Amino acid sequence: MGSLKEVQAQIVEDFSMFDEWLDKYEYLIELGKNLKPFPEESKTEDRLIKGCQSRVWLDCKMEDGLLWFSADSDAIITRGIISLLVGVYSGRTPKEISEDDFSFIDELGLKENLSPTRANGLASMISTIKRTAEENL
Amino acid sequence: MRDQFPQLSEKVYGKQLVYLDNAATSLRPQRVIDLWEELSSRKNANLHRAVHHIAAVATEEYETTRDAVRQYLNADSREEIIFTSGATASINLVAFSFGEAFIKEGDEIIVTEAEHHSNIVPWQMLCKRKNAVLKHLEVDDNGHLKYGELETMITPKTKLVCVSHISNVLGLTNPIKKIVNICHSKGCYVLADGAQGIVHEAVDVRDLGCDFYAFSGHKVFSAPGTGVLYGRRELLEKMPPFMGGGEMIGTVSWAGTTYAPLPQKFEAGTQNMAGVPTLKPALEIAAELRANDNDDVRDFVLDALSRNDRIRLFGIPGGEFKKVPLFSFTVEGAHHEDLALILDKMGIAVRSGQMCAEPLMDRFGVTGMVRASFAQYNTLQEAEYFIDSLEKAISMLV
Repeated sequence: MGSLKEVQAQIVEDFSMFDEWLDKYEYLIELGKNLKPFPEESKTEDRLIKGCQSRVWLDCKMEDGLLWFSADSDAIITRGIISLLVGVYSGRTPKEISEDDFSFIDELGLKENLSPTRANGLASMISTIKRTAEENL
Repeated sequence: MRDQFPQLSEKVYGKQLVYLDNAATSLRPQRVIDLWEELSSRKNANLHRAVHHIAAVATEEYETTRDAVRQYLNADSREEIIFTSGATASINLVAFSFGEAFIKEGDEIIVTEAEHHSNIVPWQMLCKRKNAVLKHLEVDDNGHLKYGELETMITPKTKLVCVSHISNVLGLTNPIKKIVNICHSKGCYVLADGAQGIVHEAVDVRDLGCDFYAFSGHKVFSAPGTGVLYGRRELLEKMPPFMGGGEMIGTVSWAGTTYAPLPQKFEAGTQNMAGVPTLKPALEIAAELRANDNDDVRDFVLDALSRNDRIRLFGIPGGEFKKVPLFSFTVEGAHHEDLALILDKMGIAVRSGQMCAEPLMDRFGVTGMVRASFAQYNTLQEAEYFIDSLEKAISMLV
């Protein structure tokens, strides 16, 4: 596995091939469909990030100094984005994550899906990933 | 007519904007924008008090609006028209001031389960303050309000029934007149939330018979931050002020303060002097648009949504429950957020989510819906594009 920056750069490059938003969404929908579902019993209140739009569940565990995230959502495009985020930030040290500026999200052109002013759980998910990393430093 | 609304020519993501979120806020007509600008750039002064010329001009604009609104609603007197910042503020005013004057421990207030949070939360707050009881009237599976149940729900302790004229989720017109008759015959008052009603119906408060009618300006083509509370004079006279300060006083001394007569008693602080007068052209335009409207768009969309087996529409018209062109629905196998995101990229602005009506979402067992709400300036062509785009979005998701 490459460095956090390398993995992010690869995803940004993959995304740059899509000229049309339609293709981008179709790709995210595909990713969303392929994301390993969260076990139903794990969809508990304390793991739920509430929003007016989609709901997001996020779980995290620490193993041998590395953080592993798993997440789910009831909306498929959000699941696709979650799949990207989980893939990027899982298996990283708290230090790597806390030093990251999360700017690759802007570069993906998904800002409108992730803006904190959107009443969905994604923006909260990102701040939870950041916070978790900082707590585990 | 469409050229009166400049935002209709906006493009989003390079596509022509199709604005179907009118129940959230309407687009602004040029006449409203012009007046708003004129009041801000040439007629800006604080109201009522000053003797200088511009203050007199600004006050005239503001107070003649009160006359126009009185006439529009067919209220008895101008003292019954209170300007607020919107329907939410109007309802909160009643919840506080009516509550202070009329609600005591153990009293009951009834709301319906199809209300916007703005017609639920102020009553919960009042009930908490006064140790009163909040009850709710249900809707059936079609979204029809079971208002007949008021006959048994209302007790001698029931003081007020709060009901939307048109639900912001179901898009059905409630029979306010009949509801008022039941409530009045049992000795309780009625507040109608007219946030959607004012857009789609010619509102005559004397004919409806309700004791309070609340609406926002921004949903009916006026400037944002404007709103109206109509209240029956006899009740408003008995209600203490909601907020203190500014124009609402009679005399102020350390020994105590007396209050201004109606309507100023309820208009504390500097008013929205650039916004309120835009209610005049806005309500005129609303009436013109209604007069020239037909039901083609509504019928087309209703038919198209009803024919699709995947789509579950909430608020099915029938009998006295008339449908306005406001459609909330879910799609089997597709999340409301996904649908709205894809439609957005096609240039279509719809609302998705809980629509500020969580109890109603729970009633129907859903976490959210998509809502497409049309105004009279939306065309049949836009409606067709919406239906085609929706089908395309569904095929991407399921």
